[in-house]
Amino acid sequence: MADRIGAVCVRIGIGRDNYRIAPGLYALGDPDAESPVLVTCNFKLTFDLLRRELAGRSLWLLVVETYGINVWCAAGKKSFNADEVAGRVRAAGLDKVVTHRTLILPQLAAPGVAVRKLPKLCGFSGVFGPLRAEDLPAFLDAGLHAGPAMRIVKFPLGDRLRVALVEVHGARKFMAWILAACVFLALLGPGGSSFTGVMGAGAGAFGAVLAGFLTGVFLVPAFLRQIPVRAFAAKGLIAGALIGLFLTAFLGRAWPEKAAALMACAAFASWFAMHYTGSTPFTSLSGVDKEMRRYMPVQGALLVFATMLWLAWAWWGKTVMGGLS
Amino acid sequence: MKEFRHLENIVTLEYYPEKCVGCGACSTVCPHGVFIQENDIALLVDRDGCMECGACALNCPTRAIDVRSGVGCAQAILYGWLSAIPFLRKLFIPDACCS
Repeated sequence: MADRIGAVCVRIGIGRDNYRIAPGLYALGDPDAESPVLVTCNFKLTFDLLRRELAGRSLWLLVVETYGINVWCAAGKKSFNADEVAGRVRAAGLDKVVTHRTLILPQLAAPGVAVRKLPKLCGFSGVFGPLRAEDLPAFLDAGLHAGPAMRIVKFPLGDRLRVALVEVHGARKFMAWILAACVFLALLGPGGSSFTGVMGAGAGAFGAVLAGFLTGVFLVPAFLRQIPVRAFAAKGLIAGALIGLFLTAFLGRAWPEKAAALMACAAFASWFAMHYTGSTPFTSLSGVDKEMRRYMPVQGALLVFATMLWLAWAWWGKTVMGGLS
Repeated sequence: MKEFRHLENIVTLEYYPEKCVGCGACSTVCPHGVFIQENDIALLVDRDGCMECGACALNCPTRAIDVRSGVGCAQAILYGWLSAIPFLRKLFIPDACCS
Protein backbone atom coordinates (compact mmCIF):
# COMPACT_ATOMS: atom_id res chain seq x y z
CA MET A 1 0.00 0.00 0.00
CA ALA A 2 2.84 2.40 0.83
CA ASP A 3 4.23 1.57 -2.62
CA ARG A 4 0.87 2.44 -4.21
CA ILE A 5 0.75 5.85 -2.52
CA GLY A 6 4.39 6.38 -3.46
CA ALA A 7 3.60 5.54 -7.08
CA VAL A 8 0.82 8.13 -7.29
CA CYS A 9 2.99 10.78 -5.65
CA VAL A 10 5.95 10.12 -7.88
CA ARG A 11 3.81 10.44 -11.06
CA ILE A 12 2.77 13.95 -10.13
CA GLY A 13 6.30 14.74 -9.04
CA ILE A 14 6.33 14.55 -5.24
CA GLY A 15 9.67 13.02 -4.30
CA ARG A 16 10.20 12.06 -7.93
CA ASP A 17 13.85 12.99 -7.98
CA ASN A 18 14.56 10.77 -5.02
CA TYR A 19 12.56 7.68 -5.96
CA ARG A 20 15.50 5.37 -6.41
CA ILE A 21 16.93 2.27 -4.86
CA ALA A 22 20.53 1.28 -4.19
CA PRO A 23 22.25 -0.42 -7.16
CA GLY A 24 23.39 -4.01 -6.61
CA LEU A 25 22.18 -7.59 -6.69
CA TYR A 26 18.74 -8.37 -5.24
CA ALA A 27 17.15 -11.79 -4.68
CA LEU A 28 13.53 -12.26 -5.64
CA GLY A 29 11.95 -15.30 -3.99
CA ASP A 30 14.56 -17.95 -3.25
CA PRO A 31 17.01 -17.98 -6.20
CA ASP A 32 19.93 -20.40 -6.57
CA ALA A 33 22.99 -20.71 -8.83
CA GLU A 34 20.85 -21.70 -11.82
CA SER A 35 18.31 -18.88 -11.53
CA PRO A 36 18.08 -16.28 -14.29
CA VAL A 37 19.57 -12.82 -13.78
CA LEU A 38 17.49 -9.82 -14.86
CA VAL A 39 19.15 -6.43 -15.23
CA THR A 40 17.15 -3.27 -14.55
CA CYS A 41 17.40 0.43 -13.65
CA ASN A 42 17.22 1.88 -10.14
CA PHE A 43 13.95 3.81 -10.59
CA LYS A 44 11.80 2.42 -7.79
CA LEU A 45 8.60 2.32 -9.90
CA THR A 46 10.38 -0.02 -12.34
CA PHE A 47 11.75 -2.18 -9.54
CA ASP A 48 8.29 -2.47 -7.94
CA LEU A 49 6.75 -3.35 -11.32
CA LEU A 50 9.24 -6.19 -11.78
CA ARG A 51 8.58 -7.52 -8.28
CA ARG A 52 4.85 -7.47 -9.00
CA GLU A 53 5.02 -9.09 -12.45
CA LEU A 54 7.48 -11.76 -11.28
CA ALA A 55 5.80 -12.53 -7.95
CA GLY A 56 6.11 -16.20 -7.04
CA ARG A 57 9.26 -16.74 -9.09
CA SER A 58 12.83 -17.07 -7.89
CA LEU A 59 15.45 -15.05 -9.71
CA TRP A 60 18.17 -12.45 -9.37
CA LEU A 61 17.69 -8.76 -10.10
CA LEU A 62 20.83 -6.81 -10.91
CA VAL A 63 20.05 -3.12 -10.42
CA VAL A 64 22.35 -0.65 -12.17
CA GLU A 65 22.79 3.05 -11.38
CA THR A 66 20.57 5.17 -13.63
CA TYR A 67 20.07 7.94 -11.04
CA GLY A 68 16.41 7.12 -10.53
CA ILE A 69 15.61 7.39 -14.25
CA ASN A 70 13.53 4.75 -16.07
CA VAL A 71 15.15 2.18 -18.38
CA TRP A 72 14.32 3.81 -21.72
CA CYS A 73 15.27 7.39 -20.83
CA ALA A 74 18.43 6.21 -19.02
CA ALA A 75 19.44 4.21 -22.10
CA GLY A 76 18.68 7.21 -24.33
CA LYS A 77 20.89 9.39 -22.13
CA LYS A 78 23.51 6.59 -22.01
CA SER A 79 23.69 6.23 -18.23
CA PHE A 80 22.34 2.69 -18.78
CA ASN A 81 25.27 1.34 -20.83
CA ALA A 82 27.44 -1.77 -21.24
CA ASP A 83 30.22 -0.46 -18.98
CA GLU A 84 27.75 0.29 -16.18
CA VAL A 85 26.20 -3.18 -16.47
CA ALA A 86 29.62 -4.88 -16.53
CA GLY A 87 30.75 -2.83 -13.53
CA ARG A 88 27.71 -3.94 -11.49
CA VAL A 89 28.27 -7.57 -12.52
CA ARG A 90 31.85 -7.43 -11.21
CA ALA A 91 30.93 -5.46 -8.07
CA ALA A 92 28.28 -8.03 -7.16
CA GLY A 93 30.68 -10.94 -7.83
CA LEU A 94 27.96 -12.41 -10.02
CA ASP A 95 30.30 -15.07 -11.46
CA LYS A 96 30.42 -16.63 -7.97
CA VAL A 97 26.66 -16.34 -7.39
CA VAL A 98 25.42 -18.11 -10.53
CA THR A 99 26.89 -20.91 -12.67
CA HIS A 100 25.41 -19.74 -15.99
CA ARG A 101 26.73 -16.71 -17.88
CA THR A 102 23.61 -15.01 -19.23
CA LEU A 103 22.13 -11.61 -18.39
CA ILE A 104 18.57 -10.73 -19.39
CA LEU A 105 18.37 -7.05 -20.28
CA PRO A 106 15.24 -5.01 -20.90
CA GLN A 107 14.73 -4.46 -24.64
CA LEU A 108 14.35 -0.74 -24.04
CA ALA A 109 17.91 -0.61 -22.66
CA ALA A 110 19.16 -1.23 -26.21
CA PRO A 111 19.66 2.47 -27.13
CA GLY A 112 22.34 2.57 -24.41
CA VAL A 113 23.66 -0.98 -24.10
CA ALA A 114 25.74 -2.50 -26.91
CA VAL A 115 25.07 -6.05 -25.83
CA ARG A 116 27.88 -7.62 -27.89
CA LYS A 117 30.45 -5.78 -25.74
CA LEU A 118 29.35 -7.50 -22.52
CA PRO A 119 31.26 -10.83 -22.83
CA LYS A 120 34.59 -9.03 -23.13
CA LEU A 121 33.75 -6.60 -20.33
CA CYS A 122 32.39 -8.99 -17.71
CA GLY A 123 32.29 -12.56 -19.00
CA PHE A 124 28.51 -12.59 -19.26
CA SER A 125 26.58 -12.45 -22.50
CA GLY A 126 23.40 -10.44 -22.75
CA VAL A 127 19.96 -11.32 -24.11
CA PHE A 128 17.27 -8.71 -24.70
CA GLY A 129 14.06 -9.61 -22.90
CA PRO A 130 10.58 -8.42 -23.89
CA LEU A 131 9.63 -4.76 -24.11
CA ARG A 132 7.04 -4.92 -21.31
CA ALA A 133 7.64 -6.39 -17.85
CA GLU A 134 4.26 -8.14 -18.02
CA ASP A 135 5.63 -10.40 -20.80
CA LEU A 136 8.61 -11.52 -18.70
CA PRO A 137 6.95 -14.68 -17.32
CA ALA A 138 6.07 -15.84 -20.87
CA PHE A 139 9.58 -14.93 -22.06
CA LEU A 140 11.20 -16.95 -19.25
CA ASP A 141 8.87 -19.92 -19.77
CA ALA A 142 9.60 -19.95 -23.51
CA GLY A 143 13.33 -20.40 -22.88
CA LEU A 144 14.25 -16.71 -23.23
CA HIS A 145 12.34 -16.21 -26.45
CA ALA A 146 10.20 -13.15 -27.26
CA GLY A 147 7.96 -13.14 -30.32
CA PRO A 148 7.51 -10.02 -32.49
CA ALA A 149 4.39 -8.99 -30.54
CA MET A 150 6.48 -8.74 -27.35
CA ARG A 151 8.94 -6.40 -29.07
CA ILE A 152 6.61 -3.67 -30.30
CA VAL A 153 5.73 -0.68 -28.13
CA LYS A 154 2.07 0.25 -27.56
CA PHE A 155 0.58 3.46 -26.26
CA PRO A 156 -2.92 2.82 -24.89
CA LEU A 157 -5.14 5.51 -23.35
CA GLY A 158 -4.20 4.68 -19.74
CA ASP A 159 -0.48 5.04 -20.49
CA ARG A 160 -1.07 8.24 -22.45
CA LEU A 161 -2.78 9.90 -19.50
CA ARG A 162 -0.44 8.48 -16.84
CA VAL A 163 2.62 9.94 -18.54
CA ALA A 164 0.76 13.24 -19.05
CA LEU A 165 0.86 13.76 -15.28
CA VAL A 166 4.58 14.47 -15.47
CA GLU A 167 3.77 17.59 -17.52
CA VAL A 168 1.74 18.96 -14.60
CA HIS A 169 4.83 18.77 -12.42
CA GLY A 170 7.10 20.13 -15.14
CA ALA A 171 4.86 23.13 -15.81
CA ARG A 172 4.21 24.31 -12.23
CA LYS A 173 6.85 27.07 -12.16
CA PHE A 174 6.04 28.12 -15.72
CA MET A 175 2.35 28.42 -14.85
CA ALA A 176 3.14 30.47 -11.73
CA TRP A 177 5.05 32.95 -13.91
CA ILE A 178 2.16 33.04 -16.38
CA LEU A 179 -0.27 33.82 -13.55
CA ALA A 180 1.96 36.68 -12.43
CA ALA A 181 2.15 37.94 -16.02
CA CYS A 182 -1.66 37.82 -16.35
CA VAL A 183 -2.14 39.92 -13.21
CA PHE A 184 0.55 42.35 -14.37
CA LEU A 185 -1.12 42.78 -17.76
CA ALA A 186 -4.50 43.20 -16.05
CA LEU A 187 -2.95 46.07 -14.06
CA LEU A 188 -2.05 47.84 -17.30
CA GLY A 189 -5.66 48.47 -18.16
CA PRO A 190 -8.01 45.54 -18.62
CA GLY A 191 -8.65 45.35 -14.87
CA GLY A 192 -9.63 48.97 -14.52
CA SER A 193 -8.60 50.80 -11.37
CA SER A 194 -10.13 48.59 -8.65
CA PHE A 195 -8.41 45.65 -6.95
CA THR A 196 -11.29 43.28 -7.71
CA GLY A 197 -11.30 44.45 -11.31
CA VAL A 198 -7.60 43.66 -11.73
CA MET A 199 -7.92 40.30 -10.01
CA GLY A 200 -10.98 39.41 -12.06
CA ALA A 201 -9.35 40.35 -15.37
CA GLY A 202 -6.11 38.57 -14.42
CA ALA A 203 -8.01 35.44 -13.39
CA GLY A 204 -10.00 35.54 -16.63
CA ALA A 205 -6.82 35.69 -18.71
CA PHE A 206 -5.22 32.94 -16.65
CA GLY A 207 -8.37 30.88 -17.17
CA ALA A 208 -7.78 31.00 -20.94
CA VAL A 209 -4.19 29.85 -20.39
CA LEU A 210 -5.31 27.11 -18.02
CA ALA A 211 -7.87 25.87 -20.56
CA GLY A 212 -5.03 25.69 -23.11
CA PHE A 213 -2.83 23.86 -20.61
CA LEU A 214 -5.48 21.23 -19.82
CA THR A 215 -6.25 20.83 -23.53
CA GLY A 216 -2.60 20.33 -24.46
CA VAL A 217 -1.72 18.08 -21.54
CA PHE A 218 -4.80 15.85 -21.29
CA LEU A 219 -7.23 16.34 -24.17
CA VAL A 220 -4.71 16.05 -27.01
CA PRO A 221 -3.12 12.87 -25.57
CA ALA A 222 -6.58 11.37 -24.99
CA PHE A 223 -7.70 12.11 -28.58
CA LEU A 224 -4.26 11.62 -30.12
CA ARG A 225 -5.59 9.39 -32.87
CA GLN A 226 -8.79 11.32 -33.59
CA ILE A 227 -7.20 14.73 -34.29
CA PRO A 228 -6.40 14.33 -38.00
CA VAL A 229 -2.97 15.99 -38.24
CA ARG A 230 0.50 14.58 -37.49
CA ALA A 231 2.32 17.40 -35.73
CA PHE A 232 1.56 17.63 -32.00
CA ALA A 233 1.68 21.43 -32.08
CA ALA A 234 -0.96 21.37 -34.83
CA LYS A 235 -3.11 18.97 -32.83
CA GLY A 236 -2.86 21.44 -29.94
CA LEU A 237 -3.82 24.38 -32.16
CA ILE A 238 -6.95 22.62 -33.39
CA ALA A 239 -8.03 21.30 -30.00
CA GLY A 240 -7.19 24.59 -28.27
CA ALA A 241 -9.15 26.63 -30.81
CA LEU A 242 -12.18 24.33 -30.43
CA ILE A 243 -12.08 24.50 -26.63
CA GLY A 244 -11.51 28.26 -26.80
CA LEU A 245 -14.48 28.65 -29.13
CA PHE A 246 -16.66 26.60 -26.78
CA LEU A 247 -15.62 28.51 -23.66
CA THR A 248 -15.87 31.98 -25.20
CA ALA A 249 -19.37 31.19 -26.41
CA PHE A 250 -20.41 31.32 -22.76
CA LEU A 251 -17.80 33.52 -21.10
CA GLY A 252 -16.28 36.89 -21.80
CA ARG A 253 -17.95 40.19 -22.47
CA ALA A 254 -16.95 41.76 -25.77
CA TRP A 255 -15.69 40.16 -28.97
CA PRO A 256 -12.09 41.44 -28.67
CA GLU A 257 -11.80 39.78 -25.26
CA LYS A 258 -13.29 36.57 -26.60
CA ALA A 259 -10.93 36.57 -29.59
CA ALA A 260 -7.93 37.21 -27.34
CA ALA A 261 -8.93 34.35 -25.03
CA LEU A 262 -9.44 32.01 -27.98
CA MET A 263 -6.01 32.81 -29.44
CA ALA A 264 -4.28 32.43 -26.06
CA CYS A 265 -6.02 29.11 -25.46
CA ALA A 266 -4.93 27.79 -28.89
CA ALA A 267 -1.35 29.04 -28.43
CA PHE A 268 -0.89 27.40 -25.02
CA ALA A 269 -2.64 24.17 -26.06
CA SER A 270 -0.24 23.98 -29.00
CA TRP A 271 2.77 24.66 -26.75
CA PHE A 272 1.86 21.99 -24.21
CA ALA A 273 0.82 19.44 -26.84
CA MET A 274 4.22 19.99 -28.44
CA HIS A 275 5.91 19.29 -25.09
CA TYR A 276 3.96 16.05 -24.80
CA THR A 277 6.18 14.63 -27.59
CA GLY A 278 8.75 13.86 -24.88
CA SER A 279 6.27 11.55 -23.17
CA THR A 280 5.37 9.56 -26.27
CA PRO A 281 7.22 6.45 -27.43
CA PHE A 282 7.18 7.25 -31.16
CA THR A 283 8.40 10.78 -31.93
CA SER A 284 11.91 11.24 -33.32
CA LEU A 285 14.44 13.99 -32.67
CA SER A 286 14.26 15.10 -36.32
CA GLY A 287 10.44 15.13 -36.32
CA VAL A 288 10.07 17.14 -33.12
CA ASP A 289 12.83 19.54 -34.18
CA LYS A 290 10.98 20.18 -37.45
CA GLU A 291 7.58 20.79 -35.87
CA MET A 292 9.08 23.12 -33.24
CA ARG A 293 10.73 25.28 -35.92
CA ARG A 294 7.46 25.41 -37.82
CA TYR A 295 4.97 25.99 -34.99
CA MET A 296 6.79 27.98 -32.30
CA PRO A 297 6.55 31.16 -34.43
CA VAL A 298 2.80 30.51 -34.82
CA GLN A 299 2.40 30.08 -31.06
CA GLY A 300 4.39 33.25 -30.40
CA ALA A 301 2.41 35.27 -32.92
CA LEU A 302 -0.92 34.11 -31.49
CA LEU A 303 0.16 35.04 -27.99
CA VAL A 304 1.39 38.50 -29.04
CA PHE A 305 -1.88 39.14 -30.97
CA ALA A 306 -3.96 37.96 -28.01
CA THR A 307 -2.11 40.23 -25.59
CA MET A 308 -2.25 43.26 -27.88
CA LEU A 309 -5.95 42.78 -28.57
CA TRP A 310 -6.73 42.46 -24.89
CA LEU A 311 -4.78 45.60 -23.96
CA ALA A 312 -5.92 47.59 -26.98
CA TRP A 313 -9.55 46.88 -26.14
CA ALA A 314 -9.01 48.13 -22.59
CA TRP A 315 -7.18 51.25 -23.70
CA TRP A 316 -9.12 52.42 -26.72
CA GLY A 317 -11.91 49.93 -27.09
CA LYS A 318 -14.72 51.97 -25.60
CA THR A 319 -14.08 54.84 -27.99
CA VAL A 320 -12.55 53.39 -31.17
CA MET A 321 -13.68 49.79 -31.26
CA GLY A 322 -16.92 50.25 -29.37
CA GLY A 323 -18.94 50.65 -32.49
CA LEU A 324 -17.90 47.19 -33.66
CA SER A 325 -19.00 45.20 -30.63
CA MET B 1 4.30 2.45 -34.55
CA LYS B 2 1.43 1.48 -36.78
CA GLU B 3 -1.23 3.00 -34.54
CA PHE B 4 0.39 6.40 -34.09
CA ARG B 5 2.57 8.15 -36.65
CA HIS B 6 4.58 11.33 -36.45
CA LEU B 7 5.93 13.28 -39.46
CA GLU B 8 6.80 11.46 -42.69
CA ASN B 9 10.12 11.56 -44.56
CA ILE B 10 12.09 13.19 -41.78
CA VAL B 11 14.14 10.54 -39.96
CA THR B 12 17.91 10.28 -40.46
CA LEU B 13 17.94 6.46 -40.51
CA GLU B 14 20.23 4.96 -43.17
CA TYR B 15 20.64 1.25 -43.86
CA TYR B 16 23.48 -0.30 -45.89
CA PRO B 17 22.30 -3.85 -46.63
CA GLU B 18 25.61 -4.82 -48.26
CA LYS B 19 27.21 -4.63 -44.79
CA CYS B 20 24.52 -6.74 -43.07
CA VAL B 21 25.68 -10.06 -41.62
CA GLY B 22 22.18 -11.17 -40.66
CA CYS B 23 22.69 -11.32 -36.88
CA GLY B 24 19.13 -10.12 -36.22
CA ALA B 25 20.09 -7.57 -33.55
CA CYS B 26 18.25 -4.68 -35.23
CA SER B 27 14.92 -6.47 -35.57
CA THR B 28 15.27 -7.64 -31.94
CA VAL B 29 15.89 -4.23 -30.39
CA CYS B 30 13.61 -2.04 -32.54
CA PRO B 31 10.42 -1.13 -30.61
CA HIS B 32 8.60 -0.19 -33.83
CA GLY B 33 9.25 -3.10 -36.17
CA VAL B 34 11.24 -0.86 -38.52
CA PHE B 35 13.49 -3.83 -39.41
CA ILE B 36 12.51 -7.44 -39.93
CA GLN B 37 14.76 -10.44 -40.35
CA GLU B 38 14.17 -12.43 -43.54
CA ASN B 39 16.37 -15.06 -45.23
CA ASP B 40 19.38 -14.25 -43.01
CA ILE B 41 19.35 -10.56 -43.82
CA ALA B 42 17.72 -7.51 -42.25
CA LEU B 43 15.07 -5.69 -44.26
CA LEU B 44 14.15 -2.05 -43.67
CA VAL B 45 10.37 -2.26 -43.91
CA ASP B 46 9.04 0.86 -42.14
CA ARG B 47 11.51 3.75 -42.28
CA ASP B 48 8.92 6.36 -41.24
CA GLY B 49 8.15 4.34 -38.11
CA CYS B 50 11.67 5.10 -36.80
CA MET B 51 11.94 7.27 -33.69
CA GLU B 52 15.74 7.61 -33.89
CA CYS B 53 16.40 5.94 -30.53
CA GLY B 54 19.64 4.52 -31.94
CA ALA B 55 19.24 1.01 -30.49
CA CYS B 56 19.73 -0.72 -33.86
CA ALA B 57 22.81 1.28 -34.86
CA LEU B 58 24.42 0.78 -31.43
CA ASN B 59 23.82 -2.96 -31.50
CA CYS B 60 24.77 -3.53 -35.15
CA PRO B 61 28.17 -5.30 -35.22
CA THR B 62 29.09 -4.10 -38.72
CA ARG B 63 27.81 -0.50 -38.74
CA ALA B 64 25.29 -1.34 -41.42
CA ILE B 65 22.91 1.17 -39.83
CA ASP B 66 23.48 4.87 -39.30
CA VAL B 67 21.14 7.26 -37.51
CA ARG B 68 21.47 10.58 -35.72
CA SER B 69 20.05 9.32 -32.45
CA GLY B 70 18.46 11.44 -29.75
CA VAL B 71 15.24 11.91 -27.87
CA GLY B 72 12.17 13.31 -29.63
CA CYS B 73 11.36 15.58 -26.71
CA ALA B 74 10.46 19.26 -27.22
CA GLN B 75 11.85 20.30 -23.84
CA ALA B 76 15.23 18.69 -24.46
CA ILE B 77 15.47 20.34 -27.90
CA LEU B 78 14.39 23.72 -26.51
CA TYR B 79 16.97 23.56 -23.70
CA GLY B 80 19.56 22.58 -26.28
CA TRP B 81 18.81 25.76 -28.24
CA LEU B 82 18.67 27.98 -25.16
CA SER B 83 21.92 26.62 -23.76
CA ALA B 84 23.65 27.74 -26.96
CA ILE B 85 22.95 31.36 -25.98
CA PRO B 86 25.87 32.58 -23.82
CA PHE B 87 23.87 34.28 -21.07
CA LEU B 88 21.39 31.42 -20.72
CA ARG B 89 24.00 28.67 -20.71
CA LYS B 90 24.10 28.49 -16.93
CA LEU B 91 20.31 28.26 -16.60
CA PHE B 92 19.57 25.60 -19.20
CA ILE B 93 21.51 22.37 -19.38
CA PRO B 94 21.32 20.91 -22.89
CA ASP B 95 19.33 17.69 -23.15
CA ALA B 96 17.99 18.24 -19.66
CA CYS B 97 14.67 16.43 -19.79
CA CYS B 98 14.18 13.49 -17.40
CA SER B 99 17.19 14.37 -15.29
